[in-house]
Amino acid sequence: MIEFLMPSLGADMEAGTLIEWKKKPGDTVKRGDIIAEVETQKGLIEIEVFDEGIIGELLIPEGAKVPVGTALALINPSGIASEPEEEEKIPEKKPVALQPTEERILEPISLEKTEEIHTKASPFAKRIAFENQIDLSLIKGTGPEGAITKEDVEKTLAQRDITEKEKTQEVAVAPEKPGTVAESIRTAVAAAMSKSNREIPHYYLGKRIDMTNALTWLKEVNSKRTVKERLLPVVLLIKATAQSLTEFPDLNAIWDDGLQQKKDINIGFVVSLRSGGIIVPAIHQASLKNVDEIMEALNDIIPRARALKLRSSELSDSTVTITNIGDGGADTIFGVIYPPQVAIIGFGSISEQPFAQDGMLGIRSSIFVTLAGDHRATDGLTGSGFLVSLNKYLQNPESL
Amino acid sequence: MEKNNDKITITYREALRQGIRDALQNDERVFLMGEDVGRYGGAFAVSKGLLQEFGADRIMDVPLSESGFVGAGIGAAMTGMKPIVEVMTINFGLLPMDQIINNAATLQHMSGGQLQIPIVIRMGCGIGRQLAAQHSHSWEPFYAHVPGLIVLSVGTHEDARGMLRTALQSPDPVVIFEYTSMLNLEKEIPENSAAVNITEAKVLRTGKDLSIITYGTGVYKCLEAAAELATVGIDAEVIDLRVLRPLDEKTFLASVAKTHRVLVVEDAWRSISISSEISARIMEKVFYDLDAPVQRLCGVEVPIPYPLHLEEASVPQKNDIINAVKKMIRHD
Repeated sequence: MIEFLMPSLGADMEAGTLIEWKKKPGDTVKRGDIIAEVETQKGLIEIEVFDEGIIGELLIPEGAKVPVGTALALINPSGIASEPEEEEKIPEKKPVALQPTEERILEPISLEKTEEIHTKASPFAKRIAFENQIDLSLIKGTGPEGAITKEDVEKTLAQRDITEKEKTQEVAVAPEKPGTVAESIRTAVAAAMSKSNREIPHYYLGKRIDMTNALTWLKEVNSKRTVKERLLPVVLLIKATAQSLTEFPDLNAIWDDGLQQKKDINIGFVVSLRSGGIIVPAIHQASLKNVDEIMEALNDIIPRARALKLRSSELSDSTVTITNIGDGGADTIFGVIYPPQVAIIGFGSISEQPFAQDGMLGIRSSIFVTLAGDHRATDGLTGSGFLVSLNKYLQNPESL
Repeated sequence: MEKNNDKITITYREALRQGIRDALQNDERVFLMGEDVGRYGGAFAVSKGLLQEFGADRIMDVPLSESGFVGAGIGAAMTGMKPIVEVMTINFGLLPMDQIINNAATLQHMSGGQLQIPIVIRMGCGIGRQLAAQHSHSWEPFYAHVPGLIVLSVGTHEDARGMLRTALQSPDPVVIFEYTSMLNLEKEIPENSAAVNITEAKVLRTGKDLSIITYGTGVYKCLEAAAELATVGIDAEVIDLRVLRPLDEKTFLASVAKTHRVLVVEDAWRSISISSEISARIMEKVFYDLDAPVQRLCGVEVPIPYPLHLEEASVPQKNDIINAVKKMIRHD
């Protein structure tokens, strides 16, 4: 039996509330499956499982708040547990014959009604049902053509809220008010940053890097792509950081009574939340991803971070952090290290600056890059070498 | 014109006339040319008295040749003047289309940015005066199709007085549609209202239950319909698009995201119209905010008939709007 434990979703997390089990005893799980949802200071997080097997027993009831490291469930390990996935064959639809329609037909053209089982719901109704995890098939629509509308979903939601209120009153857990997510994120940021400033002796280094080559290369590459596939400059910054970290593994590490290098380079990328506060999802194995895959990862992770819908591994796995000011913002940012990491790289906004090169003064697009390092773990020489390496990669963007 | 505190009651015609007069007084480069705009005072008496006040150099009668005089206006704009060219009605607006599209809208591009065409072309238009099929056209969608033009629709008295002045400041060619069926309509507007922006749609009435998006003659009809709907507990938001090109989608998308339901109202024929474009953009950009399919009330796709009752039936009227909204909200 393997014990499945309440994971730590960041250095500042002490306990979590188990909101919902997504699996039940007897269910087969494999690596990466979502096993439960846990409420933390950073919102509702889906917890992934890292073992393969069959769920033996659920030890903690829904609604209970338990410390990090508490056993939540028992899993029976199995070597070949994963069932062959059955692929459901979707019956091919008969193509609707295209017929010339006369302009004066103003009534909606009715297609063959082959989809009677399909629940009709307005896009907005579907959206709020999804956000509130309501099963649309249980709702009777009152809208046009029997479609489920916003009102229908809201009615169901109101009923559920009443029954849930009664339920949670029975459980002896203080229910977290929905309006306090922003506040609790603020508290989490405050705790982590205070710990950092209290315990980590920071040293700071900065380097101005000429971005002209990188931007020119990017422009060239993007000109051959559709708008959707275009790369942003930040992708190059992330990739160059990951590459440089392979040369300076001491910066891709944690400090826990000594330096522990990490094998994977999982770059935490600071995302500002509209409601205030920040959240730092990880881009896993950034050094092994190409620029397209990093762009894809960003497109996936940033909206989910803003919606507070991250997975546990994305919140807890980062090994180093990037904070990026973006267009038109401040020139320079000096980061505060996210413990137990040992470095944070800060990118200011890219702007045109007078730049001396080969005895000539020119106007070049440049960026001011900073490194804040943990002086217990590394010294300035390492940090300086890292920034020089970063510069090298950004001068040769085609190598990324 | 009646004074009432800071407000004045004014006809749509008078508001247009004040706008032209104001523009002529403000900038010596501005002049008005068009059929019968001078001695006759304008086919709809909009420019009455202006010839006497500003003289024949600035109020010019032209021969019946839309292609010719609109072309002349474009030439004048190209060489530093600020012409207001009146095309008597939109029904003759097909004739200068070559000048407007091939010259006014493209010359900045063709000259590599060396030429600007700050011309303003006013066209009387609309349905509702029993002028029959050949004189009841709604060509707003045609013009709104063309990149390089700014296309405005004057749906309110405030815009009747204020749009022209802002349009003359634009370095790009502007086409303004004025609605002849509204000329005698009196409304109250602020006494000091002058220039208005020509970049944004305007929420004329806020509401939470549904958004009615319209322009031109639809504006007052929709406002009246919304007032009546309020008495039965339906709270409709009314948006005057004002600018048909480039469309201010920000305003109407925000409204849809709030109300989740949309009715688009216009006089122009339904297919390939302004409402088609509005509907498409809503679907593209705020699909997941929609709680019901976008509905449209448009002109019936027939040559507009002469008999009054048939003419009225060919474009959306107040009661049509009320019924369509009730059907959307109550599903009856």
